[in-house]
Amino acid sequence: MKILSEKKGHFGLFGGRYVPETLIPALDELEKAYNEAVKSPDFNIALSYYLKNYSGRPTPLYYAENLTRTLGGAKIFLKREDLNHTGAHKINNTLGQALLAKRMGKKRVIAETGAGQHGVATATVAAMFGLECEIYMGEKDMERQEINVFRMRMLGAKVTPVKTGSRTLKDATNEAIRDWVTNVKDTHYIIGSVVGPHPYPAIVRDFQAVIGREAKRQVLDIEGRLPDYVVACVGGGSNAMGIFYEFIPDKKVRLIGVEAAGKGIETGEHAASINAGSIGVLHGSKSYILQDEDGQIIPAHSISAGLDYPGVGPEHAYLKETGRATYVAVTDKEAVEGFKLLTKTEGIIPALESAHAVAFLERLSKVTTKEQTVILCLSGRGDKDVYTVSKHLNGRFDG
Amino acid sequence: MRITGKFKELKQKGQKALITYLTAGDPDLEMTADLVLAAEENGADIIELGIPFSDPLADGPVIQKASLRALNSGTTVSGILNCIKNIRAKTQIPIAVMTYYNPIHRYGLKEFAVHAKEAGVDGLIVPDLPYEEGEELYALAKDEGLETILFVAPTSTTERIKKTAELSTGFIYCVSLTGVTGPRDDLQTGVRELISRIKDCTDKPVALGFGISHPEQARRAAEMADGVIVGSAIVKMIGEKRGEELLKDVGSFVRELKKACC
Repeated sequence: MKILSEKKGHFGLFGGRYVPETLIPALDELEKAYNEAVKSPDFNIALSYYLKNYSGRPTPLYYAENLTRTLGGAKIFLKREDLNHTGAHKINNTLGQALLAKRMGKKRVIAETGAGQHGVATATVAAMFGLECEIYMGEKDMERQEINVFRMRMLGAKVTPVKTGSRTLKDATNEAIRDWVTNVKDTHYIIGSVVGPHPYPAIVRDFQAVIGREAKRQVLDIEGRLPDYVVACVGGGSNAMGIFYEFIPDKKVRLIGVEAAGKGIETGEHAASINAGSIGVLHGSKSYILQDEDGQIIPAHSISAGLDYPGVGPEHAYLKETGRATYVAVTDKEAVEGFKLLTKTEGIIPALESAHAVAFLERLSKVTTKEQTVILCLSGRGDKDVYTVSKHLNGRFDG
Repeated sequence: MRITGKFKELKQKGQKALITYLTAGDPDLEMTADLVLAAEENGADIIELGIPFSDPLADGPVIQKASLRALNSGTTVSGILNCIKNIRAKTQIPIAVMTYYNPIHRYGLKEFAVHAKEAGVDGLIVPDLPYEEGEELYALAKDEGLETILFVAPTSTTERIKKTAELSTGFIYCVSLTGVTGPRDDLQTGVRELISRIKDCTDKPVALGFGISHPEQARRAAEMADGVIVGSAIVKMIGEKRGEELLKDVGSFVRELKKACC
């Protein structure tokens, strides 16, 4: 981890701190606490300890031989973030931020969640570290992700339904920010992705960068060389930033982020902020967002609650602008095919978010050769999505 | 500089400014124009006119709902500027527009500043634009002769208060509590101390807002600050009533508030 140096937290044009004045001192406090923490041996030892013994890191880099054979292109490796405690990469960040919250003497944590994975990860660390916890979740997402709501409540978190706007992640984020503005003195807001005002995008990235560090070491061990492609799904973009970051200096490694095209970009019902959005300010930073001509935010649509967000982390916007990463989009329908494909070929049920990245492999296989390698970040497991997929397929899981 | 002028004028009369907030387009722009005139007639000194935004994260449920009502009635930024132009034919009351940064960014910073000035807007209030990010817009606004009103919060450090006071013109918007907009029963303790911290840094007028919802609170706020901002309590009425009855009720409420500020 490194000390944050970006001037006022900008990535080129993007990033920044577009929040009410009340929060600015809290962001300064967080930045200071973070910069001290990364220099502190105690903090780093504790974080490594929990990542290893509590979450189960390092996660394996698994050679998906059957999937590789089926698709017939490059060799496919899966970075198994689904094997983390609580079933997704989200725990990497919540462990880090909970330790930070404790260092800052905060007694309460809050979070927003879409698919529920970040909410569960936050409720989990709150239970373990003895922090009071409240999770904001759109009413619509609570219906889609009932089991995760139940898990959060079992873990002792208060889950607050958000009934405003699109009743999804975007509105849950507004509500979490409102809570934070009100309770900023004793509350730490655990933002779940590489979004929000500085220093959050950088902090979350740094806590997730463990994915890429491990993946690089592992692929060098197995293959003796760097991969040709690194592929990850992008909603806010935390698993993607996490796996990309370590590879950014390796110019020959192509980084590909996969956004949710929902019902198709042409229908307007999608969550592809980079592919079909424009530059604007949402939830405290400047990035690509979905907005109309008057600057009103357009609700996103994706079959996956975790990608159903009309914005993207500012560093992704920067990687796109500089050409270092490429962003593509995959529809709901394709994602479900990806979900089925990985389940059948490898016996791994992926999160619907990750299934977008899996679906893209089909396209990628047409332009790659057997000598090339791909690492796909399998950001989470799909137990939570089985019902959604079943509904999408009208209960028929064949073909 | 109608806003600065208004504070000077009131000071000479020994009065405090009553600033009333309305969400433009709630329930529609015609009514907004009528409400502005009704507020002025009953003693409002300055109007804060909100351009609705889909994701108003500094606002509580009352103003969130008003923003939604306004957007549902088809309110746009250019529609609001037109409406202000029409209002200007009838009144010279100072008008500050309040909006989140994204609608302005989308409109174009320079275009917005120019068009707002042409429409007869006097000042700009952007709750999610602290000075670090606001230099460009605030400079463009000043070039056009718009006043720029920045926020000080109970959490602001002295260094931040100084810098905010430097960039603010018209008045300094002092947030009376840590929280979002919305009616509250009482003023938070510590407000008096916050205002004196601001007064130590600047001679510019300070107006107190957030949570002030009845005349007794307004009276206490006016004892401490140069102006009092009332928003949610008025907006709540707009959500509940219609037509002549609404204008009458808002009018008498504003009259009571002004009496409390004198």
